[in-house]
Amino acid sequence: MNRNGKGVAERSMGIGLRTLNWLAGSSLLDRIKARRQVERALFRTSKEGFRTATAAGRTFKAVQKLARPARQAAGKPRALFDVTPDEEQQMFQEAVRDFAAAEVRPAAQAADAERATPAELLAKVDELGVNMLGVPEELGGAMHEQAAVTSVLVGEALAHGDLGIAYAALAPGAVATAIGHWGTAEQQATYLPAFSGEDVPTAALALLEPQPLFDPLKLETKARRDGSDWVLDGAKSLLARAADCELFVVAAEAEDLGPALFAIESGAAGLATEPEPAMGLRPAASGRLLLEGVRLPGGAMLGEGGRDAYSECVQRARLAWSAVAVGTSQAVLDYVIPYVNERSAFGEPISNRQAVAFAVSDIGIETDGMRLAVYRAAGRADQGKDFTREAALARRLCAAKGMTIGSEGVQLLGGHGFVKEHPVERWYRDLRAAGVMEGALLV
Amino acid sequence: MINLEIPKKFQPLVSQAHQVATEVFRPISHKYDEEEHAYPKELDMLASLIDGMNEGGDSGAGAAGVRRGSDGKREEGENRNGSNLSTVLGIVELCWGDVGLLLSMPRQGLGNSAIASVASEEQLEHYGGRWAAMAITEPEAGSDSAAIRTTAELDGEEYVLNGEKIFVTSGDRAELIVVWASLDRSKGRAAIKSFIVERDNPGLKLDRLEHKLGIRASDTANFTLQDCRVPKEALLGSPEIDTKQGFGGAMQTFDNTRPLVAAMAVGVARASLERTRELLEGAGVEIDYAAPALSQPAAVARFLEMEADYEAARLLTLHAAWMADNNRPNSLQASMAKAKAGRTCVNVALGCIELCGAAGYGEDELLEKWARDAKILDIFEGTQQIQLLIVARQLLGKSSSELR
Repeated sequence: MNRNGKGVAERSMGIGLRTLNWLAGSSLLDRIKARRQVERALFRTSKEGFRTATAAGRTFKAVQKLARPARQAAGKPRALFDVTPDEEQQMFQEAVRDFAAAEVRPAAQAADAERATPAELLAKVDELGVNMLGVPEELGGAMHEQAAVTSVLVGEALAHGDLGIAYAALAPGAVATAIGHWGTAEQQATYLPAFSGEDVPTAALALLEPQPLFDPLKLETKARRDGSDWVLDGAKSLLARAADCELFVVAAEAEDLGPALFAIESGAAGLATEPEPAMGLRPAASGRLLLEGVRLPGGAMLGEGGRDAYSECVQRARLAWSAVAVGTSQAVLDYVIPYVNERSAFGEPISNRQAVAFAVSDIGIETDGMRLAVYRAAGRADQGKDFTREAALARRLCAAKGMTIGSEGVQLLGGHGFVKEHPVERWYRDLRAAGVMEGALLV
Repeated sequence: MINLEIPKKFQPLVSQAHQVATEVFRPISHKYDEEEHAYPKELDMLASLIDGMNEGGDSGAGAAGVRRGSDGKREEGENRNGSNLSTVLGIVELCWGDVGLLLSMPRQGLGNSAIASVASEEQLEHYGGRWAAMAITEPEAGSDSAAIRTTAELDGEEYVLNGEKIFVTSGDRAELIVVWASLDRSKGRAAIKSFIVERDNPGLKLDRLEHKLGIRASDTANFTLQDCRVPKEALLGSPEIDTKQGFGGAMQTFDNTRPLVAAMAVGVARASLERTRELLEGAGVEIDYAAPALSQPAAVARFLEMEADYEAARLLTLHAAWMADNNRPNSLQASMAKAKAGRTCVNVALGCIELCGAAGYGEDELLEKWARDAKILDIFEGTQQIQLLIVARQLLGKSSSELR
């Protein structure tokens, strides 16, 4: 495009800038305390366009309803301490590892820049069957028993390729797992067959809300009763592929009941999404879901367990985010080792210096510690033991150490780490998510 | 099948060790911290009990449990939970009680670990069942154990040892001292061998006992070896100076004992965390694992951070021991465990004092003692920095001459 033939968008941006400048200099905004909102809206608008209604999705219809919901069984308690995955788990782990190295890592930089993961890549992940791990066998799932450990291994392996793509690819699986674990027979019959088909629906498990100090047990999204219906109001943050979602499972504070999950199909009146670009997780095209008087039938609430089930959902999500943090931390370690061995300064490899070498040691030690903590919690989940404490500790560890590892990864490459020629700056941004995200992924 | 829970078969051992910690160690913790160098005679009876526990097969609670590959035949791919794991579990419990007293336990010294790790069957026969301390450090050689100056010269059927040894844990009370010395100082690490010296050998002279920051129940002795003669059979391992194998022989002990020291650190950290939780709860602060750390009081957030580090240290320690049980090389994991547990233990113990304020700092509670005890665990059996070096060399594929 030549200089005189500016595109329409660019020209209108010019006009916008003039207006913006005037607004910015005016004290009007400050007087009405609206500066922050206006700035935010302008920033978004220029970047992303406007809010849109949710995607026009498929119609979900119940087929072959079971008399009662199917559930995966808890595994038997294990007799011995063991850090080796079983054969089936190793199979999943190897398949996903190979896939992550061959397909995910090479696509990561472009997906990050474009804020989108190619549809073909997402379809290939679906083909691996990883989004059906939490679905009972009777309903087309692969696993008879609970598969938190398997999910952890899958998340770890996929995030070794890229954390943002892993989020984009595994987010629908969280919805399938939620319905598998806590859905009613009706909900299972309505939604799960689609997940075992070829065209897996885009779906999001929405817990996180935009307010600071978010606590998933104290939701600001409210569900009030109206006759036999529920009416939901609120906002949910950082959903993967929000604009394309056909199905949402949304957490809301239900009148008289406390926090609960609701299945909502896209296209419901009062439902809208808007882009919510963030520091990282960009291949997942994160977006915000807005609920304004969304009316749902009584049967939309995920069936069983009440508060305990919801709390379990929170823990399982924290474990899933911890698992992807482990995978990306390992990616940092695997990337910096050859770099510091090859990078020369003062006449020898920088890894000959303890200051550099010890930083590598710490990445290795903390990554192993994180991994073991996540494995322990997931192992307890699969055996039907309480894992609240273990998941909380894994989460603390992965949030804190994951962040440090992301930072050290950039530091070890120095200025080269700061530019996009190397993936460490992306990992720096993505690893911060492990301490922030709630819901969205499940094991 | 991934499962990181404590196996049921070790529960009796764990609860026995916990009972010992509660009933025997804790009540005398203060006493022997104050009366440094007094012999904790309460431990004699206990030592016999632990000998009995060790006799009972693969559920050892002390240093005898670190011998590798001696647990009988295994199926290919079979998962074993053996004496390394059970020893680590026992030590965690006992050090939850008192780490200084554990170090003073008769017949559970690091010298016993060395003997258990590398002694021949004949040596086991001759020296087994006796209390053995370990003498490596010298005034001019700490972490750099290859720089030791103590020499061993063959004279007929005997070696003659000359040199000075410091920081020998249980050196005064043990019956045997495993002494590191060089057969030929011009040949470097490969010439360093360990020798079993009887405590009453006239060539072994006790210089003094140290006064310390912590683990005051345990005696720390300094010796001079002057023409100290030991029989040829007292040399542990091979007498050949194999420059290819280098330090491997002597260092092998440490792959097995680093997880044990890590286990001590895990025990002390847990003691601090548990008591701190009780004191916090008494002050009305409850720890809620389901809620986000940062929407709870700052004390809870801090506690959770420390507990998370503790959990990582504990699991790394169990992992290293489990690898040894399954005959997998674990030098990397052993150092990772020691590094993480050592620093975590210090941070946790000191952090707990801050959380508990004057109660934590004062001598009415044991928290301040645990914080004093903790520091040595990040130093002996390889300092934090030495562990990081070992880990780095392995991860980066570097030799000790490249990464010094």
